[in-house]
Amino acid sequence: MKNIDIERIKKDFPILSVKPHGKRLVYLDNAATTQKPIEVIKAMDKYYEELNANVYRSPHYLSVLSTQAYEEARERVKKFINAKKEESIVFTRNTTESINFIAYTWGMKHINEGDEILLTIAEHHSNILPWQMVAEAKGAKLKYVYLDENFRLSMKDFKEKMSEKVKLVAVQHMSNVLGIINPVEEITHIAHKYGAKVLIDGAQSVPHMPVDVQKIDCDFFAFSGHKMLGPMGIGVLYIKEDLLKEVPPFLRGGEMIDEVYEDYSTFAPSPLKFEAGTPNIEGAYVLISAIDYIEKIGLTNIYKHEGELLEYGLQKMKELDFVKLYGPKDAKERGGIISFNVEGVHPHDVATILDEEGVAVRSGHHCCQPLMRYLGVPATVRASFYLYNDFEDIDALVEGLKKVRKWFK
Amino acid sequence: MSDLNQLYSEVIMEHYENSPHRRELKDATHKERGHNPLCGDDITLYLKMNGDIIEDASFTGHGCAISQASTSMMIDLIKGKDKKEALRLVQEFIDMIHKKDVNLDELGDAQVLQGVSDFPARVKCALLAWKTLQEIL
Repeated sequence: MKNIDIERIKKDFPILSVKPHGKRLVYLDNAATTQKPIEVIKAMDKYYEELNANVYRSPHYLSVLSTQAYEEARERVKKFINAKKEESIVFTRNTTESINFIAYTWGMKHINEGDEILLTIAEHHSNILPWQMVAEAKGAKLKYVYLDENFRLSMKDFKEKMSEKVKLVAVQHMSNVLGIINPVEEITHIAHKYGAKVLIDGAQSVPHMPVDVQKIDCDFFAFSGHKMLGPMGIGVLYIKEDLLKEVPPFLRGGEMIDEVYEDYSTFAPSPLKFEAGTPNIEGAYVLISAIDYIEKIGLTNIYKHEGELLEYGLQKMKELDFVKLYGPKDAKERGGIISFNVEGVHPHDVATILDEEGVAVRSGHHCCQPLMRYLGVPATVRASFYLYNDFEDIDALVEGLKKVRKWFK
Repeated sequence: MSDLNQLYSEVIMEHYENSPHRRELKDATHKERGHNPLCGDDITLYLKMNGDIIEDASFTGHGCAISQASTSMMIDLIKGKDKKEALRLVQEFIDMIHKKDVNLDELGDAQVLQGVSDFPARVKCALLAWKTLQEIL
């Protein structure tokens, strides 16, 4: 554990002292949601104890504080993903809402009959269903880029499917099942040559590796707070600055207006135009503490740490001849996620037996049914790491899997 | 590991691994698919009805040990019964899984699934076949 002080970090997460079934908690379900450090938990209290008020509306002391906190959160997120302008940062509920936002606004306005939307087969349902909706409503066509023999996105297939007909490429930065990190910079560069816009689902990348939206040069970028040590119910949508006018408002109502008449209205400038109604001010405020924590440890250190865990985990699991792994054989360009199955045992049974040992993993299709079908499995077990996991956690997983084998011979 | 002993008892594993009912029923009068979209349990239930009597029944599909064993045990229980009695037993089983007082002996092998009621995440696995049968009848 040379990259981070793991013992100290573990102490920052009170939930890690919970004892499921009397065992030490080994939390390996970080791709679903992450646990929160004490600083983040305290920030929730602090918001309601010291600065709760609605934003932008009232001139009183508390409202000024909450508005400052909300705008500070926007500023911090802007820096965190290196966006050019604060106007580009829109607070949503989560990644799903951010993607739906673009589908219902930009998508419904700019995607037309005969156009194509290009996705990858490994997308999460939240980056498939909104585009199925647009395609159905507008008579557009969905196309998928498939994987190569090493479970990585086939850039050959991508290049073959790109054409002037493609209006949008919607692609995940990191797969929540395979852990593969897609070459989003190259994808964006190629898509732009054909005049297509690019949306990146960054739900799995932003918490685990440095992300620079200017360097990627994507048009839209979506991620969630709860997968990066932050609270539930706060997410981010990044819209590139030159598209802010082209994207219509999503929800309409309070806070997003300039002037309202009986039969028409004008809108506030971005980002307020995109944030109708009282936003999740508490969530945005607490997100600052999550970003503080991540920056204190350092995303590069977190990425390296998870890389070590991944390499160790892959090596240990390859030694179990009854375990089948899904994903690239190597740990390069890959996040801390291992999907696998135990020969002849349904993932749900595996997860239940592991749970009895205190090991929390997810089993199922991981909201990726098209990928499961492509891999030819109904479901998998998934272990996903974060900064508070260590080699001992992986050893516990491996020991748990040996117990699974004992139950199901 | 006593809880797991209850969940993966010998009877359950026997039904899971060697169910005599796992086959397609060629002359079925009813066929219904049941699945749990979140976990991937997926079964197809076949019934051959003669009037109100369930003359034969079988299943195909895949899923966890609990869902598959539960389906097999259910077929054991309802084969030869009439529709009304089968529905009554289905309700007994559902009540058992929801920790209500029931006459366990009436449920045959399926009573060993009582332990599932202590695993909330697995309740829907145990209920899949029974809910599917309710749909058919």
